[in-house]
This record gives sequence, C-alpha cells and structure tokens, in this order.
Amino acid sequence: MSVQAIDTPPLQAWYTRYEPPYALLTLIGLIIIWQLACSVLKVPAFLLPSPYDIMKDLVFNASYFVPHAAKTSLVVVLGFAASVAIGMPIAIMLSYSRILNKSLYPLLVGSQVVPKVAIAPLMLAWFGFGMTPKVVIVITIAFFPIVINAVVGLRSTPPQMIYLAQSMGASLWQVFFRFCLPQALPSILAGMKMAAVLAVIGAVVAEFVGSDAGLGYVILAASSNFDITRQFSAIVVLSALGMAFFWIIEIVERRMIPWHISIRGER
Amino acid sequence: MLHDATLTTDRLAGTHTSLDALHRASTDRSIAIRNVSKIFKTRQGPIQALSAVNLEVREGEFVSVIGPSGCGKSTLMMLLAGLDRASSGSIMIGGKTIDGPNADIGVVFQQDALLEWRSALSNVLLQAEIRKLEPKAARARAEELLKMVGLEAFHEAMPHELSGGMRQRVSICRALLHNPPLLVMDEPFGALDALTRDQLQVDLLRLWSNRAMTVVFITHSIAEAVFLSDRIVVMSPRPGKIETIIDVELPRPRRLAVRDTPAYAHYVQAVTDIFKTLGVLKEDEA
Ligand SMILES: Nc1ncnc2c1ncn2[C@@H]1O[C@H](COP(=O)(O)OP(=O)(O)O)[C@@H](O)[C@H]1O
Ligand SMILES: [Mg+2]
Repeated sequence: MSVQAIDTPPLQAWYTRYEPPYALLTLIGLIIIWQLACSVLKVPAFLLPSPYDIMKDLVFNASYFVPHAAKTSLVVVLGFAASVAIGMPIAIMLSYSRILNKSLYPLLVGSQVVPKVAIAPLMLAWFGFGMTPKVVIVITIAFFPIVINAVVGLRSTPPQMIYLAQSMGASLWQVFFRFCLPQALPSILAGMKMAAVLAVIGAVVAEFVGSDAGLGYVILAASSNFDITRQFSAIVVLSALGMAFFWIIEIVERRMIPWHISIRGER
Repeated sequence: MLHDATLTTDRLAGTHTSLDALHRASTDRSIAIRNVSKIFKTRQGPIQALSAVNLEVREGEFVSVIGPSGCGKSTLMMLLAGLDRASSGSIMIGGKTIDGPNADIGVVFQQDALLEWRSALSNVLLQAEIRKLEPKAARARAEELLKMVGLEAFHEAMPHELSGGMRQRVSICRALLHNPPLLVMDEPFGALDALTRDQLQVDLLRLWSNRAMTVVFITHSIAEAVFLSDRIVVMSPRPGKIETIIDVELPRPRRLAVRDTPAYAHYVQAVTDIFKTLGVLKEDEA
C-alpha cells in the first residue's frame, strides 16, 4: 500500500518544488533599478555610489576588508557565545524560581530602556581598549532576547506534561532535559536568531565608540575621508555578516526542531 | 496473553528494572479512598472540590467516575496520582498510603500530552527511559502494545502526522508500557469524534481484558461509562461527593452490540434519572 501524491495536481507540484526565490529576485531588481538610476541620472559617486562602484571597491580592496570583517566577526561570535552562556543559566533560574523571577524579570525588561549606545563609552572606561569592552557591549545587546525567549519557552510546558513526568517518577533533572528543554527549544532558537542579528549591531556600536579595527572602524574612517563608496561597501559586508549569522542559527534550528510547526509549515 | 508474551523475555540486566519485577512488586491493586475532602484556597475564597468521598475499588476492576463538569473528577484523579494532597482523609493503593507522586500508575489525560519531538514508538518508550527499564524488553512490549491498538505501521510517525484518535492510542500505550497496577484516565476520549471514540473504547477493553490492572476511568458520557464499566460512580456537583454507585452487570466480553440490548438501555436510563433528580439534567414538561 503506497501513498501517492494524489491530492496535488502535477502542475502545482512542479510549481511548489521549483518555486522562484521571490525575495532574491526582488533584491536583484532593486539593485538593477539603483544601478540604472545612478548611470542614467549620472549621480556623482560622492553622493550615492552605484552598485557597480561598491562591487569594484569590495573586489579590488578585498585584502583591506577581510581582516576588518574577521575582527568584527570575532567580536560578534564571542559576544553571542557569551550571551548564550550567561543568558541560558539565568533564564533557567528565572523560570524555576518564582521569587527570582519576580525580583529580577521586571528589572531585566526595564533595563532595556537604557540605550546601549549610551553606555558603550562607559564599557570602554571600565574594560580598556582591547577585545573585552566590545564583547561586553555585544553581550548587553544580545543577552536580552536570549533570556526573555528562553524564559517564555521554559514556562510553556503544559502542566499536564509535568504531571505525566511525575507519574513516571521523573527526577527534576529528567523533567528538565526530557520535557521542558525540548519544549522550549523553538522559543530559545527564535531568541538566538534575534540575538545573532543584534550581536552584529552591538559589534558595530562598540567599534564606533573606540576601535582601530573592524567594519565599524572602517565606516568611521571612511566617513572622515568623505569616502561614501567605502562606507557603502562596509555596510554591504556588515549586512552579509548579519545574514550569515542568522542563517547559521536557522540551519541549526532546522536540524534541532524539524518537528516544530514553524519549520514544518515552510516550503 | 498480553503480559505473558513479553514478560517471559526479560532477564537480569544491570541497573535496569525488568518489567516482570515491576509487575510482581505490586500485585495488590485495590484502592481505598477514605473520607477524602479537598478544599482549594483561591482568591475568591475556599472552594470545596471534594467532600467526604469514600470508595473502595477492587483489584482488576473497571470503575468509571461520572459527573457534571466541575464536580471534582479531575481533582480525584490528581489525588490518586499523588500529584495533589487531600485536605483530609486518606487514599491507599495496594495497602500503601499515597503521600507523594505515585509512580505505580499509568495516566492518560484528555489532551494526549505526546512529546511532539518524538515518534510514536519513542513516545511510548519514554516511560521506559524515565523508569530505566530494560530497553530490549521495553521495546518488545511497546511494539506489542502499538500492535494491539492497530498502530504497528506507525512506529516512526511523528505526533503531528497522526490523527487525534491515533495520538490518544499512543498515549494509552505509553501509560501501559510498565504494566502499571493502576490506570487512571481523565476524560481520555472526550475530544474525539463518536466513531473514533467507539473504536478506542473497544481497544481499551481489549487491553484490560485479562484484568491485570485496575482502571479508574473518568468521563462525562453516560453511554461510555455503561459500556465500559463494572461499576459507575456517580458524582454530584458542588461540593463534589459520591451520589450513588451503580453495578453494571452486563456480560463480558462486551461488544458494541451490547448497546442495543434492553439491559444496557436500563443502565443508561438509571444514570440519566440520577442526574435528573440532581437537577444536572433538566427537561421541559411533556
Ligand atoms: N488548582 C485549583 N485551584 C483552585 N480551584 C480548583 C483547582 N482545580 C480545580 N479547582 C476547582 O475545583 C472544582 C472541581 O474541579 P475539577 O476536579 O477540575 O472538576 P471536573 O474534572 O469534574 O470538571 C472546580 O470548581 C474547580 O474550579
Ligand atoms: Mg476534569
């Protein structure tokens, strides 16, 4: 008894399999319009460089961009990893202790009104000029979505599931690792995706405030030289970095929670 | 037949508990509920969910608890499972007083509580993993149970690929994996359509047919209670207490056709009348 795709007409099946990448096409279209606008209207490069100008800069000066991009990536990765390493235990404590949750959670949420850019110079004063202040600044930004989403996820285990676990004689440990943590994974990973993007922003903020390397520094230096093209190039690389980190988490997500509706629903 | 087939397969195995040992350790499956009351303290004041409940359930008996919504059925289940404490009175199962989570039990809830990230077979085996049962024997038993409820072709299916009835069957298999002396079910078929419900009733009777376990079956369906039970405990609302206990002397094994007999109709009528007297069911005068 074999199951056949009787309910999907062939044309539709073909279409869903080879559905065009709409977002990518839109992006390419926008870039073409931008390029045409620049060429036809003869916009000077010091006002708005064309995509071609930017590409030229990126290709010919790759040896300049690569080390800076690597520096920024390192800050992002370290900051992100530290945010997870600090955020997860805090989230677990908050979701298990009512008192801790009541005393810390509101402060945590409230702390988000502090603009991170504003405290960046403070971090410099406290942690000097090395890697540390930058990683700390990334943590202050990326840590929050990780904690909040993990707490929400860890608290989303239906009470019946806990009762079931107890009726099996599960230890606290087993309840956490077999029931609560898997249940929370979708939410935790959603938090990590947000954190990955915010980590890139955090790294740039840190490099703006005080640095002699990294893409944030590249933008500052180019800005003082009125090199608009260079600024655009750095922005393009930064966006690509952000997208890459987001994708990595998404791939991890697909592997870890293939059962979840957010993954299943996609084509 | 259900037991002997798998239980002869187990052997000495490290830290694992064999299913057979579990089975022997708890041969007494009777329940004694003595004068149990439960009061919930809420912000609106105390709510008396159960009032002086007394009930004895014999070993291997199939008892249904029926009553209107809010009469304390689920509360009673929580007390039997040791997941909540009675305000007064005592519950003894197999001669042991329940005063903490009772793991000598299988539970089935209305929502099947399957773990979405585990396949059907793996959901059933969860019971074995948590209890550290010997994996080989547990797997054989899981496969046998799934077969008994017609899911032998769905071992690797994920919960979201199963229908409501299939999911509930998996959760019943999970509740039975360790041969619990007591199975408690809280409106397990309440969310299913009528046809699926009939099928699961038949499946459940098959799983229980050798009376190897005591079943406490909570329902709000009179027909279901009559079809399944040896005895029906009828509860009255607010504060929940036992109104009457009805012995159902329909022959076993029961087939669906029993529902067309006058005897069956008589029992359904009897329970209906009690609810009418209690004012739970109201009718317009003819
Ligand atoms: N945890 C609780 N806290 C407060 N009140 C509760 C709680 N659980 C149940 N109750 C109350 O106890 C009564 C009986 O509830 P329940 O046992 O769930 O009824 P049933 O399962 O028969 O519908 C209801 O009035 C309900 O509101
Ligand atoms: Mg209930």
